[in-house]
Amino acid sequence: MVADRLRDIKSHYDVIIIGSGLAGLTSANCLAKCGRSVLQLEQHYNFGGMATWFRRKGGHIFDISLHGFPIGMIKSCRKYWTKEISESIVQLKGIRFDNPQFQLKTTFDRQDFTRILVEEFGVAEETVEAFFDAARGMDFYDDQSMTTRELFEKFFPGRSDVVRMLMEPIAYANGSTLDDPAISYGIVFSNFMSKGVYIFRGGTDKLIYMMRQELKANGVDVRKQVLVDRIVVEEGKVRGVMANGQFISCGAVLSNANLKTTIDKLVGHDQLTPEFVEQAKAVRLNNSSCQVFIGIREGETLENIGDLLFTSVDPEFDSVRLCAKDVTSRTFSMYYPDTRPGSDRYAVVSSTNANWDDWAHLSEEDYQKEKKHLIETTITALEKYIPDVRKKIDHVEAATPRTFYHYTHQAMGATFGTKFEGLQVSMDLPKQVHGLFHAGSVGIIMSGWLGAINYGVIVANEVDSLCNEDSKSKGRLAS
Amino acid sequence: MGDQRIKNIILEIISVVAPDAEITDVKADVRLRDQLDLDSMDFLDIVMELRKRYKIEIPKEEYPELATLDSCAAYLGPKLAAVPA
Repeated sequence: MVADRLRDIKSHYDVIIIGSGLAGLTSANCLAKCGRSVLQLEQHYNFGGMATWFRRKGGHIFDISLHGFPIGMIKSCRKYWTKEISESIVQLKGIRFDNPQFQLKTTFDRQDFTRILVEEFGVAEETVEAFFDAARGMDFYDDQSMTTRELFEKFFPGRSDVVRMLMEPIAYANGSTLDDPAISYGIVFSNFMSKGVYIFRGGTDKLIYMMRQELKANGVDVRKQVLVDRIVVEEGKVRGVMANGQFISCGAVLSNANLKTTIDKLVGHDQLTPEFVEQAKAVRLNNSSCQVFIGIREGETLENIGDLLFTSVDPEFDSVRLCAKDVTSRTFSMYYPDTRPGSDRYAVVSSTNANWDDWAHLSEEDYQKEKKHLIETTITALEKYIPDVRKKIDHVEAATPRTFYHYTHQAMGATFGTKFEGLQVSMDLPKQVHGLFHAGSVGIIMSGWLGAINYGVIVANEVDSLCNEDSKSKGRLAS
Repeated sequence: MGDQRIKNIILEIISVVAPDAEITDVKADVRLRDQLDLDSMDFLDIVMELRKRYKIEIPKEEYPELATLDSCAAYLGPKLAAVPA
């Protein structure tokens, strides 16, 4: 018998949130703290969207989303979650680059990048300072015509090594390329590469557990394994959702599903103006990812080779080759026992960017073959850093764009949301349908853990404002 | 509601949304952003807190009205006048 995931559901909520990525979770918490009744519906059996984890036999636990976010997470978690969550955020100090152009170790902050660029790359200090200042000064409303490639060419002409150091980590963090607007790079770079890389001590499972406890304490009704089929709209207004075959009424819907899925499937084009539909169709998704999860046998140890390794055998940084199925560039996230205090286990997660089209259409046989190849070449690449790793491996498996699509329902397995233009479409959705909102990874700048959390707050503010207006107008009608 | 009371409310809200901000010596005619370490998310939090406490709406395009304590008092005065004591 299938359990009734909607047992004891209320007939009406102020807000229904579709999905439980970090944007969805954070907006749920904000709205509950504003006194709204909130129902959160997640289709998967785990919460967190891409910020999630899984367990395997042998005591293995793997975080999925690449571990590493900017310092701003501490402030945002303290403000929108709890002091305890913010206090579990710690800095990763061993960031390494290894590629044919350079090998170096960095603490990943402005000072250290400046030192490296001046002392090791021989760039003039004024140029480095001017670049950092230009990046920091960039704003969402600035000119969007300059590309990231042109920005680099302006400050570091002909220096593909400098471009690589400044670009590679960002490409892994949000899927952006040299052809995306320079402002999206500048905004993310200033956040991400100015004061170090941070992680959540305790692992993603503990983070999401703590968030769920907080949601519970604030009265959010959280349900998992509930798939929303569609958002019910009548006369231009949100009425509720159809989920697991049942209608649930609400005043507003905040979709934390993929932007395109929200517009194409959950709402449907007949509820939107043709101009908006065209604008939404033009939104490009970011690329997807491949990951290889490597669990080390109990009792075995790994020496510390750094926390985050940006490795590549490509002669130069290349946005296209970074996504190629024939992998030449990988990020290794090292999980030592102190990642999860109390545990004595080691794990390595390899992440690469990938294209949906390279993986989507393979036959089952070819797909399994390609996955095996990915695992094999990844272990070989890792042996350069840990020569005896192969015999210590107890469990290994691969995730591809198809895996991400399967678990998150993100269109084309997108792991970094949409390109820049997606942000405007996401922000304009409420103008199309009264009571309909979207929050999630969009526009590159609202991507990643911090971007998603902050965008969740920004949209929660809009939703709360609408709830306030709606209750006022109801009050007027009643009196 | 008097100007001073509005300014005190704003300072109190800032102490909640940005606990690290040093609010003992804030000049009323200087931009809050230039005196305190506040970012755009902090201003959003102030807007949300005002709505939660007094049910007042501040449209996005009017956020700049919250730049200084003086401008806060001038802008919020009429809005808060309608709030029942």
